[in-house]
Amino acid sequence: MTTPAGRPASPFGRFVADAADAGRLVVQPRMGFSDLRRMRAGLERTRFAAATTVGTITVDSYTRVGAHAAARRALADGVPLNGYPIVAYPAAVTRALLDGVIDDSFPVQVRHGSSQPQPIIRALAAAGLHATEGGPVSYCLPYGRAPLRESVRNWAHACELLAELAPGTAHVETFGGCLLGQLCPPGLLVAISLLEALFFVRHGVTSVSLSYAQQTDPGQDLDAVRALRRLSEEFLPAHVDRHVVLYTYMGVFPASTRGARRLLESSAELAVRAGAQRLIVKTVAEAHRIPTVEENVRALETAAATAAVTGPDTGLPATTGVYEEARTLIEAVLDLHDEPGEALYEAFRRGYLDVPYCLHPDNAGRSRSWIDDAGRLRWAAVGRMPIPMSGTSADRPAMTSTRLLSALHTVARRYDE
Amino acid sequence: MALSQGVEKVLLTGTVSDSHTWNLVFLQLFLEERGVDVVNLGPCVPEELLVRRCRSDAPDLVVISSVNGHGWADGLAAVTRLRAEPDLAGLPVVIGGKLGLDGREDADRRAQLRAAGFAAVFDDADLLAFERFLTALVASPSAVAGRAA
Repeated sequence: MTTPAGRPASPFGRFVADAADAGRLVVQPRMGFSDLRRMRAGLERTRFAAATTVGTITVDSYTRVGAHAAARRALADGVPLNGYPIVAYPAAVTRALLDGVIDDSFPVQVRHGSSQPQPIIRALAAAGLHATEGGPVSYCLPYGRAPLRESVRNWAHACELLAELAPGTAHVETFGGCLLGQLCPPGLLVAISLLEALFFVRHGVTSVSLSYAQQTDPGQDLDAVRALRRLSEEFLPAHVDRHVVLYTYMGVFPASTRGARRLLESSAELAVRAGAQRLIVKTVAEAHRIPTVEENVRALETAAATAAVTGPDTGLPATTGVYEEARTLIEAVLDLHDEPGEALYEAFRRGYLDVPYCLHPDNAGRSRSWIDDAGRLRWAAVGRMPIPMSGTSADRPAMTSTRLLSALHTVARRYDE
Repeated sequence: MALSQGVEKVLLTGTVSDSHTWNLVFLQLFLEERGVDVVNLGPCVPEELLVRRCRSDAPDLVVISSVNGHGWADGLAAVTRLRAEPDLAGLPVVIGGKLGLDGREDADRRAQLRAAGFAAVFDDADLLAFERFLTALVASPSAVAGRAA
């Protein structure tokens, strides 16, 4: 939602809009600790990094799957978790954690990966937070076996809950532009990201961001981010505040420090050139382990420095066909039902949306992708999706285990060279 | 490859707590290229589902892959559950991947998994050993299938 003065009413959305107006890319880490001092230090170091930042609280995997008793036990026993157990900690603890570090110039987003997010939504709202991320498809299909039907119902409820508990300020980011991290052609990523945003809006959220994860080819990625911006102008109601968030490559990461830094820099360049307003970074430790706070701060500052010397790309739009493909998929899905959640469920049931290499029982599993000689992601099989195949069949070698390994390592190899 | 004479069908599965899937996609292709029919159960498979599908799909071999660091515990629980089902006693089960958080070899835990009923335990990326195992299984299925705990 935007205020009469035209500024987003959500502090998270407003912060990103103000930065964009000032020509600054907002950068954000992935970060979550169960130890309160480490979590506090991580937020403070993010806030005071030499960059325009927003903070992150990533929850642990017990909280993600709803095992809150197990998270409480771990806290009681002093066992470190792989994230911040926001449900297990009392709201007062999280409020104290945030007191003095969070304000309008440093909003904080809660990241979780759950297909049953209602307890997390209640906990973050009780702590005075209003921004989170996910989606009925993107937090279901890649991560387990929870039926898509249940995830759609849970996410509808979660959005309505957040809109009620954080009236006017609720902000939700789609994770649909990141499905499985790699080897999903951009048209499908853009379509699902946009459809999840429509779903959030239908369930009462008035400030959204639409994600896209950097893939294998800069030209195709530039086209994809522009397509996402254009489609959000075309499909989202005018009163809804929106921005685009880019993720630094999420697949197999370069093992060398130099390669990892170059890949991060290329994502910051892409974000600015394509007009994304926020970037979720990766660190040089990515190929090896969970990064430290220090490594995260360095990644934020590296990305900000690159963004500062990069300008928007004002050249002619690329012609890789991402916009057309995404729009065809979006229209086919929206034709299935008035409610976007029902439409998404029906689309997966019919195979109109079909994520390549996704093993979830509710995914048709008939689509296949590959990386062509020019480095672009292409369809090798579209299954029942209403889109044309890319290229001729002679271009499409059968996927083998060796080719799959090679494809998964394409980006890492290129940047490690 | 002549594997299809012995191992015609493999039930491929992740462990209950592991949401990773690229390892399972890769192994499916690897097995299919060797003439094996693959039923891929995907990630986060609870033990009850594994037992049910072992009965309904009647595979010649169960392959468990885990890369989230909980493979020792989750694999042990899965094989213990399978070995407790008398009608599945002869079904060989193997496990591989990144089984621990620390990334190091652990002979004790490996022996524990073997004792609990795994016919073989493979290191991450040791595809040659896995392939040798498949070939041996074809040549002499009783050598592993009837293995006592």
